[in-house]
Amino acid sequence: MQPIDCLISTPDKGSAGKTGLWRTYKPIVDEKKCNSCMVCWLYCPENVITEGEKCIEIDYEYCKGCGICCEVCAKKAIKMVLEE
Amino acid sequence: MKTIVMPGNPSCQGCPHAIGLKALGLALEDFVLVIPAGCSTIIAGIHPKATLNVPVLHVPFASAPAVAAGISAAFKRENKKKNVVIWMGDGGADIGFATISGSAVRNDDIIVIVSDNEAYMNTGIQASGTTFWKAKTTTSPAGKREDRKDLAAIMLMHRVPYVATASVGYMNDFIKKLEKVKSIKGFRFIHLHSPCPPGWRFDSSKTVEIARMAVKCGAWILWEFDGKFNLSPASKPYKDKNKRKDLKDYLKMQGRFKGLSENEILEIEKAIDKQWKYIECFENI
Repeated sequence: MQPIDCLISTPDKGSAGKTGLWRTYKPIVDEKKCNSCMVCWLYCPENVITEGEKCIEIDYEYCKGCGICCEVCAKKAIKMVLEE
Repeated sequence: MKTIVMPGNPSCQGCPHAIGLKALGLALEDFVLVIPAGCSTIIAGIHPKATLNVPVLHVPFASAPAVAAGISAAFKRENKKKNVVIWMGDGGADIGFATISGSAVRNDDIIVIVSDNEAYMNTGIQASGTTFWKAKTTTSPAGKREDRKDLAAIMLMHRVPYVATASVGYMNDFIKKLEKVKSIKGFRFIHLHSPCPPGWRFDSSKTVEIARMAVKCGAWILWEFDGKFNLSPASKPYKDKNKRKDLKDYLKMQGRFKGLSENEILEIEKAIDKQWKYIECFENI
């Protein structure tokens, strides 16, 4: 590593830290209702939604809890629950 | 196809820019981003980590088209087929308008995307040229008195190869337009409607809903010009005024329109009708 390399920023997760801490409401996915249509993935500003085995998966470490996924879900499979 | 926006970025909750930037990654393959100062400068990352998984150049407002045209010329010289995309806000487009206009006249081989959140959000919600009629901002606390400029129509009149409007509420439409845009040569312009939760004063979960509502009540019109002027499918039904959703519902969702009188709403409605009239004229050319 050259001394100058520390001046170059590289793409990585969490450039603003653990943004999951910003959350007031937490999105909870209902496995039974979710049909993995991935509309929530398309509209998630944070890019924390991935395709899981049974249904979508959310990375709660970085999810800011904006609630867009809950609004765009046609199956109403995502619920916003107050963070404890 | 890749998602270029990394999780844990510094954008606000429900940020429309992050949604829009994601579409860029999904539609374009090899590209370089040029970002003049604005919200997106911050979203691009805080040192030592970067948010965007593509090469990004941060530039002052007015120099963006010049820088982009330079990069594009260099790529051409090296026989590389790469797109150069300018991602700017409406502030960048207001302040750097002369250079965008110049670049359009020279028909530089670049893509310009203006992510329009209808005010200068990054500096504290000051009214811009594209701010919605009667919207309250910190420089128009009683509601904006001036008319609103239609940036996409102005760019259309530069007679460039491609001009379109898009919305973060209609991602498939936006991605389709981007996919079309990447193979066209010359100056390409997309005006993206981006509802901003803190600036427009609504809940962060409503970004997409409000963007869709703007199209449904006719306040934002989706169209495309690629040699021929076409209304996009999402906006087509709302050409008929009776099919449009009630404008009041759209205004009621946002804190920036709090306390509008009936007369003022009527005025906005008239302004929207006027906007539709000249879009219909474009369609008939």
